[in-house]
Amino acid sequence: MGRQPSIRRSAVALGVAVGVFGVSFGVIAVGAGLSVPMACAMSLFVFTGATQFAAVSVIDSGGSPLSAVGSGLLLGLRHIGYGLSLDRTLPRERRWRLAAAQFLIDESTAMALAQPDSADGRRAFWNAGLSVFVFWNAGTLVGALFGSVLGDPATLGLDAVFPAAFLALIVPLLRERDGRLAAATGAVIAAVLVPLVAAGLPIVLAAFGAVPVTALRRFAERREDGP
Amino acid sequence: MTWPAILALTLGSYALKAVGLVALRGRRLPPFLDEVLVLLPAALFGALIVVSTLGGDRALVIDARVAGVAAAAIALWRRAGFVVVVVVAATTTALVRAIS
Repeated sequence: MGRQPSIRRSAVALGVAVGVFGVSFGVIAVGAGLSVPMACAMSLFVFTGATQFAAVSVIDSGGSPLSAVGSGLLLGLRHIGYGLSLDRTLPRERRWRLAAAQFLIDESTAMALAQPDSADGRRAFWNAGLSVFVFWNAGTLVGALFGSVLGDPATLGLDAVFPAAFLALIVPLLRERDGRLAAATGAVIAAVLVPLVAAGLPIVLAAFGAVPVTALRRFAERREDGP
Repeated sequence: MTWPAILALTLGSYALKAVGLVALRGRRLPPFLDEVLVLLPAALFGALIVVSTLGGDRALVIDARVAGVAAAAIALWRRAGFVVVVVVAATTTALVRAIS
């Protein structure tokens, strides 16, 4: 009891913030020369904010559609890690997973992983996935049709909502020392790589930060078990 | 932008989302990789937090977002709920931006 309304409330709060960015996606997309149906189709079918913004900004700066696809998909690579991370939380049937895949985004992954058991994890996945889907698409339509009705999300401080929300959601992952170590390692790898490699790659490569932490843990365990 | 490009982005994004979800489906990996998998989300989200706090155009940028995330961290430490944390982050960032 009590947990379910909190999952729903968190999902709606996240959805509202994402919706404001949906408006700005609609504005930027139309500004880059996309038609309103094109902007809306991207939010409905691609449904990954970072990928959509990257692709549209390539078009806006005069790049080809092919390089827009390339930059966009580079930002989508991290979803492979999300899918693997959720393996123990979500039901295993292939059909279920293929249907859920469209709603695999930063928000649904983090909210699902924040839950103590897989039943709540599954509920959080759908609450966050569907809430963000609805607000993101509504926001895109409004922005594409009417322009910037809500102002710049940055003026409202909404760009800080994402790191803050993810920080709040991963607290359970940080309870153990190894989790904190893995998060710190991933954070450092990403920070070092941001100036060096194309957008999208720092987060994917940071996933490998889990490897040395695991090795370290095994090494420490072996020493404890040893003579 | 062209419709074929949107189709390619749709299929590509869906494939990237689906591949990790259907790759294992409960199958166990060798023990070492199994342990890596447990720590994978912490590493990924640690990175996502840094990139969304400090990421600029191929550079690290320190701006009002840092103040917002710091305020959110304090709120979390004081055991604030999710919605409060998010509102604190946005308000702090907006205020710092307004006065700077």
